[in-house]
Amino acid sequence: MTQVPASWFLTLSAVLFVLGVAGFIFRRSIITMFMSIELMLNAVNLSFVTFSYQLKQVDGHLFVFFVMVVAAAEAAVGLAIILTVFKNRATLNIDEINSMKN
Amino acid sequence: MDVILFLVFAIIAVLAAINVVVQTHPIASAVSLIGVMGSLAVLYLLLGAEFIAAAQVIVYAGAVMVLFVFVIMLLNAGAEVRKGRSFMASLLGAPVLIALLALLAWFVERIYPESVGVHFGGFTGGGPDAIGRALFTTYLLPFEITSILVLIAILGAVVLARKEID
Repeated sequence: MTQVPASWFLTLSAVLFVLGVAGFIFRRSIITMFMSIELMLNAVNLSFVTFSYQLKQVDGHLFVFFVMVVAAAEAAVGLAIILTVFKNRATLNIDEINSMKN
Repeated sequence: MDVILFLVFAIIAVLAAINVVVQTHPIASAVSLIGVMGSLAVLYLLLGAEFIAAAQVIVYAGAVMVLFVFVIMLLNAGAEVRKGRSFMASLLGAPVLIALLALLAWFVERIYPESVGVHFGGFTGGGPDAIGRALFTTYLLPFEITSILVLIAILGAVVLARKEID
């Protein structure tokens, strides 16, 4: 067998996505939660490229391109927000940033 | 050969992704995430997405992760403090996630009863010329809107991160 089934790529994408969800739910540090979001975006990108291969069309690559641009913008703004939060609260623990809870 | 390439880099990606989640120190998570992105770039090459593989290395593993590492060092973020977590999360978290993974894998296997085989060179339309042509014809409006989005993001980051003038 010299060919990889396309479903393996999609299953790998699902595994990476679930690991990203697990990191987002279980971790308490804002920075690690943010990195878990990037992991989920990467997993979805892999699905896009796989579907693009299967359909022999380039459109999936364009979606990945846009996801990358939005992820870069999101990382810049998100990390600036984390900086501001740390400046005001002196903590990165998500459990201690709860002023909107009550 | 293609199968070996896929398996090697898929295993690296999954192990590094597990490491992202289980490491308590943010810098270790960031380095593991770079490993995930690098191995995904190799898988993109296997799928014929040359431009996306290069952009993955330059934009994600380069720019975005440098930003992360820089912020981690700037904040001097140490190891995460383990506190008592909620009862529901510890009880339901892992089973629900495994159920989600099983559901996703089941859908993949149901939709792909006999799926197409991926081999290197099976799709050659992922070079910069094809991407650029599609980007400036079919996807011109989203591309221009994206440029405005990036401009807004830059301004927002500058406004948020600037020093308070008082």
